[in-house]
Amino acid sequence: MGAGHAHVLYRDRSSPVHRLPPEVKITAMVVFTVAVVATPREAFWAFGGHAILITLVAALARIGPGWLATRALIEVPFVVFAFALPFLGSGDRVHWLGLELSVDGLYGGWNILAKGTLGVLASLVLAGTTTPRDLLLGLDRLRCPQIVTQIATFMLRYLDVLVGEARRMRIARVSRGDDPRFLWQLRGFAAGIGALFLRAFERGERVYLAMVARGYQGRMPDVRRGAGAAGLRHWLAAATVPLAATGVATAAAVLG
Amino acid sequence: MDTLAMHISNGIINGPVAAVFAAFALAVLALCVVRGRQDLDERLAPMAGLVAAFIFAVQMLNFPIFTGAVSGHLLGGALATMLVGPWVGTLCVAVVLIVQALVFGDGGVAMLGLNITNMAVIGTAVAYPLVALLLRLLPRTVSGLAATAVVASVVSVLAAAMGFVVQYWLGGTTDLGSGLVGLAGTMAGVHLLIGVGEGLITATTVVTVAKVRPDLVYALRGRRIVTPDTPQVPAAGGAR
Repeated sequence: MGAGHAHVLYRDRSSPVHRLPPEVKITAMVVFTVAVVATPREAFWAFGGHAILITLVAALARIGPGWLATRALIEVPFVVFAFALPFLGSGDRVHWLGLELSVDGLYGGWNILAKGTLGVLASLVLAGTTTPRDLLLGLDRLRCPQIVTQIATFMLRYLDVLVGEARRMRIARVSRGDDPRFLWQLRGFAAGIGALFLRAFERGERVYLAMVARGYQGRMPDVRRGAGAAGLRHWLAAATVPLAATGVATAAAVLG
Repeated sequence: MDTLAMHISNGIINGPVAAVFAAFALAVLALCVVRGRQDLDERLAPMAGLVAAFIFAVQMLNFPIFTGAVSGHLLGGALATMLVGPWVGTLCVAVVLIVQALVFGDGGVAMLGLNITNMAVIGTAVAYPLVALLLRLLPRTVSGLAATAVVASVVSVLAAAMGFVVQYWLGGTTDLGSGLVGLAGTMAGVHLLIGVGEGLITATTVVTVAKVRPDLVYALRGRRIVTPDTPQVPAAGGAR
């Protein structure tokens, strides 16, 4: 269970990016994404600059372009849908579409495509260099309320159980002739889900009570709390990427 | 396909509107943290985690509607409200969205405020009063509980979809003009189907839990459901 779904994206390497404390990486990633989104869409060169930044970080983290590309492909439907959104919403399709494609629609599509892809790549670099456990530790150090990190901790813990259990139940159903494709088969799916939920809960509750009995008070004991926390050096090192992105975004806004 | 509409990715809504909704979502989440702390006892803590994991997992297992061309997933607002209450429920859905954005790039990080507003805040805020009202009006039976779950799910999913339409109207990066009405129609149609699917899943899950462990269903606190057909079995975990 430990090597389950939640860890699928982590690339176990040794690199300067991997060694950075998680809170630094989360902050850098969020600031970078905001800078990308704030970049005016007409400045094509600026997005090239952002892409170079991401590529540099990925190379430094020894994450291959192939892995990044395949993982980013999973998100392609999202981008495609975003791309199709202007067309889906149009009332008078053909005419309006012809006009729109010339200016605003193309810019809009480009905007969504570029910013969406850069955002996904930034998330992938973060996920590829940080284990989910470290992510939670980082959120905790960023003064995220304890109730939120607690829910998130249990969520990641129970996720593997749920996903594995659901997969087994699905295989069991399919091998008995179920073809979960149409609306009327939702009932079997849903009935299975009720049982799945209850089973997972009863297991989870026992684990929780055992944790409480051993002194758990809503926060995981963190042996590395003092040792692994970010120093000024880490913040400065990680700040280079979002600062560069902010610079690019500002330049693009000023220069047009 | 619907996933995409609900998980707004970077660049669909412009920056200022995203910032306003981020501030709004943050304020609501802060309130939920304060109120949720009072709710979160030793029974609710693992339940909240499991509800979050459940929503996370079910959001990935898209249920295909028209042979895969249109697929949707549970938003979870109604389920979370019924099982862990509005405050913790909102936090559960928000945690799912935050982790999805950070780890999977599902929904842009800069758009988190919008996504949280739609699915976590609107989804639960609409579902909770409905659940409270319906449980008062309908007979306290399994079917009454199931009907409550279905209605709350459908309405909350539709409300969340309309939240997106409003946000797009305020700050969509591509001007749709009159196409906005079409967008609203498409969203409403697709989400009506999704809402029904979600309603079935929510109803079955809540009813299953309510039959075996009524103490775990937040919406049933202080109430009992009458189950004439099922003999009373000692609850797992003993009497509480």
